[in-house]
Amino acid sequence: MSAANLSALQRPNDRLRRRKAVNRGMELVAWLAAAIAVGLLGILVFSVAQHGASQLNLNLLTKSQVAYDPTAKQGLANAFAGTLVIVAVATAMALPVGILIAIYVNEFAQRKIRAGVGFVLDILSGVPAIVIGFFVYGLIVISHGQSGLAGSFALAILMLPFVARSTIEVLALVPNSLREAGLGLGAPRWRTTLGIVLPQSIGGILTGATLAVARTAGETAPLLFCSSIVGNGISWNPLHAVQSIPVAIFELSESPYPQDHARAWSGGLVLILFILFASLGARWLATRSRRKLGRAAR
Amino acid sequence: MSSLDTTNAVARRPFPGRRARFGDVLLQGVAGLAALGATFLVGLIVYKIVQGSKLSLSTFGLGFVTHIAWNPVAGHLDFGAGAFLFGTAVTSVGALILATPLALAVALFLSELSPNWLRGPVTALVETLAAIPSVLIGLWGILVLGPFLLNHVDPALHSALGFIPLFGPATYASNVFTAIVVLTIMILPIIASISRELFLGVPGELKEGALALGLTRWEMVRGVVFPYARGGVAAAMILGFGRAIGEAIAVQQVIGGFTGTHLLWNLFSPGDTIGSKIAANYQGSQTGLELSSLVYLALILLVFSLIVNVVAQVIVRRSARRLGTSA
Repeated sequence: MSAANLSALQRPNDRLRRRKAVNRGMELVAWLAAAIAVGLLGILVFSVAQHGASQLNLNLLTKSQVAYDPTAKQGLANAFAGTLVIVAVATAMALPVGILIAIYVNEFAQRKIRAGVGFVLDILSGVPAIVIGFFVYGLIVISHGQSGLAGSFALAILMLPFVARSTIEVLALVPNSLREAGLGLGAPRWRTTLGIVLPQSIGGILTGATLAVARTAGETAPLLFCSSIVGNGISWNPLHAVQSIPVAIFELSESPYPQDHARAWSGGLVLILFILFASLGARWLATRSRRKLGRAAR
Repeated sequence: MSSLDTTNAVARRPFPGRRARFGDVLLQGVAGLAALGATFLVGLIVYKIVQGSKLSLSTFGLGFVTHIAWNPVAGHLDFGAGAFLFGTAVTSVGALILATPLALAVALFLSELSPNWLRGPVTALVETLAAIPSVLIGLWGILVLGPFLLNHVDPALHSALGFIPLFGPATYASNVFTAIVVLTIMILPIIASISRELFLGVPGELKEGALALGLTRWEMVRGVVFPYARGGVAAAMILGFGRAIGEAIAVQQVIGGFTGTHLLWNLFSPGDTIGSKIAANYQGSQTGLELSSLVYLALILLVFSLIVNVVAQVIVRRSARRLGTSA
């Protein structure tokens, strides 16, 4: 009798203890998951640094890749030059168009059209990169052959939604009092937009552009079909097919020779350093421009 | 998206009765043209891909999608997406199964548990993981991850779960399971960062109410946070899934490739997905029916990505509307 009473009294405590144990366990799982996510990034960056550092020298940047020869000092100069050209041209294509789209969406379009353009941008950013590569292959490469320009065009399609969406967000942050001040002074809308709204948000626009460049500089899939059949010389001419870092890494990674793997790692190290610095730089730009906008709003 | 609505109507419409200025019309015209161009571009992509696959479409019809064959030898030309579609399904579903619980736990850590000093850095690091180019993850997958899995993980899984047909014996470092792990790494940050924002959007008074009733933190998460963010988490999973089916480069590097003439029921043998099959043929030496069939594969990917994105958008918009009315 008394034993039954005791267990009835104890039962709530047991349950509470179990609930607390489950809670503790789940908190542990969440901590572990975060550690795994950060650890994965750490392992990736560490692997690239560990394998790539030994090859990271002037030869990598100045010598070009030649046919397999373990004794030759080989580098990726042609790939670095090609990536610079392709990404620069792609940025020159995507940046103005993206900013114009954002201006239209934010300063001119009505609510329904705004939602529609946002939808289109989402769809465009959801198209797999390999499909975009094949699209440009069918559009340009089949008739005109491979070229750096075709690769730039494919990369620009990937960049466009990035640039447009980040610029839309930044333009929306510009306080309306500034637009009203411009219009109130008698400036037409185009001057208010180009002379007041755009300069106010230039920091944010550059942040978005930097992030877009960082995200697309490592893209391989669009370039495979557009600019991959290349010689070993350094070429700065985007009218011909040029080598690029991602495509070089892709090809070298499937080679059976350890020397080629070493070069792939070192190219990857340069790429990853560029992406990390660009992302950090963009973050820094973002906090700076936000502070400036905050001052303007006050 | 809601931040867009802050633009004032004053700036939007010229004063009534005032003639539009040439500069205004010009800027609006050029900017509108750019927006129209983006829409046109989506249409052009669809058109070009459909056009490129026309030969294969007319030869094999819709049956191509499930037909299991890939024979480029002249005289025996026969192509079908079945085996690759199966590979895509296995790898992306596998990656989703591995990534979703992990991503939700990361998001919970960032939104509910993390000490303040740790929150910013961990959030930034998770987002940096999303910025690592796929070709580098693939390089790491071939040279580091693949051999590691082959020596330590694959045999263990085979001996523990070998009674399930999918967990066969491991022979090569480049196999379907390696591709699943690589895809998991790639979609983890996508699902985690969207879910984190959703969890942060759960109203504080609901959470405090649950805690005040005596629930533990986990019970609060299960009873309040998860139901509140359910729709959004589904959309995040769909977006991650879309990313996984569309990824070609990293998968092509680690999956090994196979003939595509049968369904592959072993996770630990080399395989192929739609994306990896396309990427493997990048030198563009194919002509005629084979090239057209490759474009048909791209068309299948394109259709899937369109469906996935539209569905995710609809879910996001619906749950945003629901949250908007309840707030």
